[in-house]
Amino acid sequence: MTTLVDQPPAAPAAGARPPRRRVRARRRRIALPYLLLLPALALELLVHIVPMLVGIAMSFRKLTQFYIRNWSAAPNAGLGNYRVVLDLDSAVGRELLHSFGVTVAFTVVSVGAAWLLGTAAAVLMQPVFRGRGLLRAFFLVPYALPMYAAVITWAFMLQRDTGLVNGLLGLDGPDAPFWLIGGNSFWSLVVVSVWRTWPFAFLIVMAGLQNIPQDLYEAAALDGAGWWRRFRSVTQPLLRPVNQVLLLVLFLWTFNDFNTPYVLFGESAPREASLISVHIYQSSFVTWNFGLGSAMSVLLLLFLLLVTAGYLAVASRRRRVDA
Amino acid sequence: MREPRGVRWTRRAVLGFLIVFTGLPLYAMATSALKPLGDVQRDWRWFPSKITFRPFADIWTTIPLGRYFLNSLIVSGAATVLSVTIAIFAAYAISRYRFPGRRLFSVSVLSTQMFPGILFLLPLFLIFVNIGNSTGVALYGTRLGLVLTYLTFSLPFAIWMLAGYFDSIPKELDEASLVDGNGPIGTLLRIVVPAAMPGIVAVAIYSFMTAWGEVLFASVMTDSGTRTLAVGLQEYSTEVQVYWNQVMAASLIVSVPIVAGFLLLQRYLVAGLTAGAVK
Repeated sequence: MTTLVDQPPAAPAAGARPPRRRVRARRRRIALPYLLLLPALALELLVHIVPMLVGIAMSFRKLTQFYIRNWSAAPNAGLGNYRVVLDLDSAVGRELLHSFGVTVAFTVVSVGAAWLLGTAAAVLMQPVFRGRGLLRAFFLVPYALPMYAAVITWAFMLQRDTGLVNGLLGLDGPDAPFWLIGGNSFWSLVVVSVWRTWPFAFLIVMAGLQNIPQDLYEAAALDGAGWWRRFRSVTQPLLRPVNQVLLLVLFLWTFNDFNTPYVLFGESAPREASLISVHIYQSSFVTWNFGLGSAMSVLLLLFLLLVTAGYLAVASRRRRVDA
Repeated sequence: MREPRGVRWTRRAVLGFLIVFTGLPLYAMATSALKPLGDVQRDWRWFPSKITFRPFADIWTTIPLGRYFLNSLIVSGAATVLSVTIAIFAAYAISRYRFPGRRLFSVSVLSTQMFPGILFLLPLFLIFVNIGNSTGVALYGTRLGLVLTYLTFSLPFAIWMLAGYFDSIPKELDEASLVDGNGPIGTLLRIVVPAAMPGIVAVAIYSFMTAWGEVLFASVMTDSGTRTLAVGLQEYSTEVQVYWNQVMAASLIVSVPIVAGFLLLQRYLVAGLTAGAVK
């Protein structure tokens, strides 16, 4: 940083040396944008960049509870942590793989449903009708609600004996199903997650629709295109760039989601709904083996980077083919 | 343009379903907060047997809600003020100057948003503990540590959104102000910031929402004295014996100001949120 700031100004025009005041002013002008960025940069370094590097370093160490207060003294583990985490014969490896599978299934179902609901609502609310503005505001409430308040409410609704869900389904007595433990907990998690994320999809698709020029629809209508044809040939292709970004963001959010399962289930998520973030959290803070936890986090990061890079490559190739 | 009848019926069905789906938890929250305790300890009831405001009073003694509230307010407020201030300067640099590293900065700051929080959590915990041990600056278990963490969560988006907003303010205004003898900082504070007020307010709401709702880092980085609402309520709601009517009252209390603020400033926020995806 300082080297950039102290850089001498570009060589002055041949001949007379410029007055010192002007040199200083010029130097200040070059330094100014960096000075303006400095606080943001320092904090990003402290909270994001440095911890990420430390995390990668930690994953190569035998960092157990004895070294928490002085982590640099932890013995080197080489690839040992990775070997443990990826060993499918060990309990740790098997549980990680299980959690990964649950997370993939959860992400595919939740993102698919949230995207579908958001798109359907946005497309169906495209024409102006009475109460549209009000309805739009109403649909955005789940997005604005503090996330824990919403999820706690769902936890209440999903209580077996006193909850709204069993009340709505008319299930009570000894045969009433549990929603927060066992196999049902996976679907509870999906429903809560979709409830929280579909308004975001709705918001983004709605903004995308507003950017489609109205005369395209009118031209298509003049050509005799029906509603469905207009949707297929105007709406869909013009929404594609928006959808590409939207799906990527939804994927990353949902795959990394910690808050929803943590608030819904508390410290111990049921095995059927153990998402990867919660799994890493639990295995780190139960055993206080941060080396293993970091190795899992690094693997998660690598997976996300791979998927994102692959997705962007496919998306941009498609765009080029279309062009 | 005429629509086929099928589309009309689909609209009614889909929107009807979404109204019920969206509304059920809101209904459950609002009505249960008005129920006497007996109503939430038996089978689900759609209406309170009698309307009572007791839960709104009782929750403050069932759990230390006042302390949680104060902690959340201090942490979210401080994180918002700092985040917005820092973002204003950074966004001004990005919007008005062309300098080496400009793109790199924007891209890398935004991409940190995409990384899993769990990746930072363990190292940040260790770093905070170790900074405390070696320098005496307590970051672990204090509000300060949480403020620093939260402000970086909203910072990338705040910078990005404000830079976009500043771009839409004509540069001629800046130039006129510079000619008048204001320095660049004076121009920023006297000309650009007032003109960008709606954007700044939207960013502030976003920052506040982010800090107000965060659970993961608060659950690890706070102790019983610095617990925020998010963790305090979450802890209580997963206990064995829960007074759900009081929890719903608390949820309502913490939600109404945020939702009201969001809906009032919806226009600015939505514009900022969606600009990136659509561009």
